[in-house]
Amino acid sequence: MILVKKLVKRFGLKVILRGLDFSVEQGEFVALLGPNGAGKTTFLRILASLSRPSLGQVQVAGHPLPNEAAQVRAKLGVVSHMPLLYPDLTAEENLQFYASMYGIANAQSRITEVLNMVGLENRRKDLVRTFSRGMQQRLAIGRAVIHNPEVMLFDEPYTGLDQDASEMLDEVLRSVAAEGRTVVMTSHDLARAEDLATRFDILSRGVIASSAKREDLRDTNLLAYYKQALVD
Amino acid sequence: MKNEKTNVERLTLNVQPSTLKATFAIVRKDLAAELRSFELVSAMLVFSLLVIIIFNFALELDVKVRQSVTAGVLWTTFAFAGTLGLNRSMATEKDRGCLDGLLLAPVDRSAIYFGKAISNLVFMLIVEAFVLPIYSMLYNVNLFRLDLLGVILLGSIGYTAVGTLLSAMSVQTRTREVLLPILLFPVAIPVLLAAVKVSGGLLAGAEFSEVLTPFNILLVYDVVFIAVAFMVFDYVVEE
Repeated sequence: MILVKKLVKRFGLKVILRGLDFSVEQGEFVALLGPNGAGKTTFLRILASLSRPSLGQVQVAGHPLPNEAAQVRAKLGVVSHMPLLYPDLTAEENLQFYASMYGIANAQSRITEVLNMVGLENRRKDLVRTFSRGMQQRLAIGRAVIHNPEVMLFDEPYTGLDQDASEMLDEVLRSVAAEGRTVVMTSHDLARAEDLATRFDILSRGVIASSAKREDLRDTNLLAYYKQALVD
Repeated sequence: MKNEKTNVERLTLNVQPSTLKATFAIVRKDLAAELRSFELVSAMLVFSLLVIIIFNFALELDVKVRQSVTAGVLWTTFAFAGTLGLNRSMATEKDRGCLDGLLLAPVDRSAIYFGKAISNLVFMLIVEAFVLPIYSMLYNVNLFRLDLLGVILLGSIGYTAVGTLLSAMSVQTRTREVLLPILLFPVAIPVLLAAVKVSGGLLAGAEFSEVLTPFNILLVYDVVFIAVAFMVFDYVVEE
């Protein structure tokens, strides 16, 4: 579903990604872990077609980037720590707007379905600016799945959420993954990543330093594996 | 093997984005948000009224001289207020990360440009609709003439066409508030000069044939800058 070969990303003289190789099978939930400045967000922005690779090949949902960016975007949902929502519009109006941008027919029934999924049906007519951070993040997931994407990218979705909001977000993320989507999530929250993901990739100094499936970690906890990968 | 639809393929909705629908979705969204907050238009309006009042006190001139400076004062007001609106309009998208939301949509990116440009034009026209009667009263000049309103529309189209493109460029920088006027005013000089010439001529009672050259410049500027923006917007917004 995602195939990346020898990806290099430079900003001026600074090299962020140094020949990164990465692949994800359909239906996998990959937690992309790594220290600050490792290049996680840059990598996700390239997968999302928001940034061009300097060198290397990137393919998402069968389409090469950047040549077929529009086709990739139609099959991709992105959630970052910013909700990408308009505070002066209601929850329904926000979803209606994004439904129009994705050319979704029968938008009203899809909006109701999505609001039910993220548990905000009773707040559909309320302005987003009146929402708590946790509610905004749940609506952000609703925004990202409005077109039912095959691939979901989450960039630090737990940033700024309290315990209750994080637990609610866990549930929403589980239901998103349970529908068979391919998910890549960056996070600093190892406990949550361990709970949700089926594979753990450690990004360090611009390359994937280590990769392990859940079953491979049976005897090791994720924190130990993470620390070891960074040392190696 | 590929003949069988997978679970996720069955999930995927029939996504058929249209550039025109996306353009008007952006306009509708901007107008709805502005109708609730009045953040942008109110700032532009207050600024315009202050400029007009300051000019009114600064230029205590007789009626004839007042008529001769009208075009200049009007376009100075529109240009400054317009810059304020252009800056704010793109900054709200950027600050809330919504620009990424727009860029993630599978539509031609020209839809984003045209959507934002039309919204900016509507905001500028709303401000002009308030400024014109107030100016008419303060300066005792009749500005409600179809030919003059047409020139104001053309000038505003040119100004917002280039302004939307440059604001998308400047919003990516840390010094966006300073950078936009520095980039915009030199590029917008032809449209502003042409608009002042045509407006001034018409207010002085000149025949249309006498202001045909600046009028043509205004038209050509509009067409050229809309075309240029259409071609380069994709590169401007890309990281």
